[in-house]
This record gives sequence, structure tokens and C-alpha cells, in this order.
Amino acid sequence: MLDQLIQQLVWPIVYILCITVPLIIAVAMFVYWERKVIGWMHVRMGPNKIGPFGLLQAFADVVKLLIKEVILPTNANRFLYYLAPLLALIPALAAWAVIPFSSRMVLSNANAGVLYLLAMTSMGVYGIILAGWASNSRYALLGALRSAAQVISYELAMGLCLVCVLVLAGSLNLSDIVNAQAGSKGLLDWFWLPLLPVFVIYFISGVAETNRAPFDVAEGESEIVAGFHVEYSGSAFAIFFLAEYANMILVSFLASILFMGGWLSPLQGVITANVSPWVNWIWTGGFIWLFIKAFIFSFMFLWFRASFPRYRYDQIMRLGWKVFIPIAIVWVLVAGCLKYFGLVSIGPGV
Amino acid sequence: MNPQLFQLICFYAFGFVTVASALAVITLRNTVHAVLALVLTFFSSACLWMLADAEFLALALIVVYVGAVMVLFLFVVMMLDIDQEKMREGFVRFLPVGLIVALVMLAEMLGLIGVRAMHAQLMGPNPASVAGVSNTAWLGHALYTQYLLPFEIAALILTVGVVAAVALTLRQRADARYESASQQVRVNPRDRIRIVKMAAERPAGDVPPAPQEPRP
Repeated sequence: MLDQLIQQLVWPIVYILCITVPLIIAVAMFVYWERKVIGWMHVRMGPNKIGPFGLLQAFADVVKLLIKEVILPTNANRFLYYLAPLLALIPALAAWAVIPFSSRMVLSNANAGVLYLLAMTSMGVYGIILAGWASNSRYALLGALRSAAQVISYELAMGLCLVCVLVLAGSLNLSDIVNAQAGSKGLLDWFWLPLLPVFVIYFISGVAETNRAPFDVAEGESEIVAGFHVEYSGSAFAIFFLAEYANMILVSFLASILFMGGWLSPLQGVITANVSPWVNWIWTGGFIWLFIKAFIFSFMFLWFRASFPRYRYDQIMRLGWKVFIPIAIVWVLVAGCLKYFGLVSIGPGV
Repeated sequence: MNPQLFQLICFYAFGFVTVASALAVITLRNTVHAVLALVLTFFSSACLWMLADAEFLALALIVVYVGAVMVLFLFVVMMLDIDQEKMREGFVRFLPVGLIVALVMLAEMLGLIGVRAMHAQLMGPNPASVAGVSNTAWLGHALYTQYLLPFEIAALILTVGVVAAVALTLRQRADARYESASQQVRVNPRDRIRIVKMAAERPAGDVPPAPQEPRP
């Protein structure tokens, strides 16, 4: 009885903590890295006072946010006002359950992993809408409406991109999708090559879905102050911040898993030596490769933010509905043809 | 704790939440709260389906209804300015009609269950687990082979619905102003701005004339 209880409850909780605690620390370091990178791109220093190279800046900010007062605006809906940050954070963390970090390191190897991810990412919008409505502020409501319209539009394009990947891999399981990209031609076996337009669309939709620059009209500070979270302060704001950055890291991981071969090595099949378990991962693949790829993608989020001016609202809608969705629909057909005529090698090649 | 008992507890927990939130949808005063209760109803019924091994349907319910349809619902309800008290005035007046509708629906459902019970069509074992594939894979196979024609007809009907909705709401207004994206892209920068090259500094002694400010 007791050991069963431990098996069914305690171990999953330990595994969940093994993912969420490093994730939260990663978010803190990612915020530091963002400020540093954007500082360099602006020819500034970035944070450099707290800790060596300013490394502890993010933790100082967390402490500052936690000890600040959470202000409830007049006539705000108290229950929903406090519920909204949680509704934003829970799906952002829950989505990590199906991410395979390597061939054995996965919390839940669910068969419908991709569908689960779609379900979780589409629920994140409730936090934003309710935050906008419950704070009883016009700016917040405008930000929430913009965000909802944008997230729904880009979710369609994102879903169609996922369909292309599913057609090629023939499975909804994320581990199977990565295994389908194994082969002997190194990084040419990965899905980015046959699905190049879709890969680009997926990543841009991911940027739009997380409301990041240049798609950050939801919090366009020059027009609507800070959008949906304008009334939030202290720890409630910190939770929104955490959810947004966790989602960014999630999109980076997904782009690596779906199109860039996940934990597979770009040298797969090129080198087949057996030197030592400490070195072999460089060509047989391991979680370090996934982390490197995800780091590159998350760096691109920051690069975009420092490089591009914000899109106009009608341009965002046009890009989503009139450019991305038609291209993605056509590429579903192309992916079907590639699969049907056997033009793409699926799975470990010989 | 054996798995069956755990499953049973989960079933009753999700079932209770489903029924309670469905009741909340029709009893809550605040319309936004009511829509959120409806979201919770959808979510917990998806959990129930998940317990019944129908993972594809459960996740599709969340993606389609919770993720898209209810967001638009919430959108509309948030924009409405509803007088809550006025909404409740007609409650007693419409109660008999509501009760009659509920009774008719109950009778119909009981009849359906009765007819089914007479045929005593016991559900066989889960075909997906018999075939040894995941629920989603089995469903995809069945939809695209055995039920291809009904599936395509359903898709056609939905497409007709989309086209009809667009055709009904699309109105060309004479005074509507819009920007042509292709025209914007084709703009030549040289037509709009002029880049002037000039020395960054002036030679010493060459003091420019002070700007003449208009005196009041």
C-alpha cells in the first residue's frame, strides 16, 4: 500500500520538481541573458553590479518583486484578478510534461504529446484575457483583446505546421518524432530541410504566440502602457513574467524537437567511433545537443527584440491569415506527397 | 491504492466537478463567471473522456472548445453590458417552459437508453487496445479508411458553413478605407525621403547666422 503510494505519487512529484525548478532558474538566467544581450546590441553594459558580471541581478529582481505590495484596483473583480496570473502560469508549466530531453529522459511519453501541447498552449490565453478584463482598466482590456485575437490567429498557422511534421513522422509522440529524424546524413536528415517554409512559419508563429517583439502589440508600451498586466504589481506581475519566459523557452525547445532533431547530434552517422561514454554523445546525441539548439532559438527571440520595430496591428493579422496559413496548407500537401513518394527518409537509415 | 480504485475516485471527482460547474453556468449572476464555469465543464468532461481512454477526443475538445470557441465566447460576453437584475426578472415566468423542455428531453433520453438496452448491445473491448495501437492512431485509421465518405461529407458541410458565414457578413462599404499591402511593399524609398550627405562639422570661424526668432 505504502510503497505503491510512493510509486504513484511521490516519484512523479519528484520528477515534476526536477523539471520545474531548473526551468524557473533558467527563466531567471534567461532574463539576465536577455538584458545583457540587448545591452551589448545597444552598445551598453547591461546589468553588471549585483554578483559577478551581474549574474545575480535576476534574483535581486525576484526578491524585489516578491516584497512589493500587490495592489488591487478599485472595482476590480477580486477573484478573477488573482486567478488570472495562475491561469497563465499553469499551462506554461504543464506543457513541459511531454518534452523529451533525451531518448530516456521524458516525464510522460504520451502518445498524443503534440495534441497535449496544442491544448496547453491554447489555454494560456485565458490568463491574459481574464487579467485584462478583471483589472477594470481600459488599457488592460485593449491589450487583452489584441492578445486574444493574435494568439488565436497564429495558433491556426502553428497547428498546420504541426500537421506537416505529423505527416512526415507518422506519430503524435514527441519521442517518435525525434526518432523519425534519425539517419546517417547528419543534420540533413532532420525535418527542417523538407519542411523549410513550415519551420520558419512555426518559429515566427511561436514568437507571435508568446506576444514577444516584434509581435508585442498586446503590451505595446507606446500605445497602451503595458497592455494586459498594466495593473499588476509585485508577485502577481512576477508570475506573468515567469509564464511568458517559460513559454518562450518552451517554443525554443519545441522548434528544436520538431524540426531540428531534438537530442540527435548533427554529426549522426558521420562519425561512428566508440571512444568513451563521456565523448560519444557528441555524435550519438544526448540532452546537451537539445539544450544547445534550444539556447540558439531562445537567443533568436532576443535578437528579434533588439532588431525589429513593432508590427502594426493590421500587418500582424495579414501576415497570420493571408501569408502563413495559405503557405502552411500548401505545405501539408507537399509533405503528404514527400511521404507518399518516399522522398524523405524516416527513421534510422542504414 | 490499486489502480482501479484510483480510477474510480478520479471518475467521481471529475464527474462531480463537471456537474457542479454545469450547474454554476446557469446559476451564477456574473456572465463572465458563467462562461468560465462552462470552460471548467468542458475541461472536466475532457478529463472524463481521458479516463475512458479516448485521449484524442479529450484533447480535441480542449483544443477546439476550450482553446478557441470559448475564448471567442468570452470575448463577446466581456463586451456586453448586461443588466444582471433585468436578466433574472423573467426567471419565474419562463420556469414552466424550461421544465417542460427539460422533461421532454429526459423522456427522450430515457427512451433512447431503453431502446439501446433492449438490443442489449454490449460494448466490446476497446478496439484500439485490441489492435495494439494508440487511440489516436486507431481513430485516424478508422476515419480515413472505413468512414472516409462520412468524414469527407462532414468536412464539406463545415466548409459550406464557413463560406456561408463569410458571404453573409462580408459587406463592401463605399466609405471603407484600407491599405494595399502590395502597394506598400512596392514603395520606392527614393520617392519619399532624400538622404543628404554633408560634413559633420564646420570649419572654425564659420559661424552660422543665429536663427531669427519671431518677436512677439
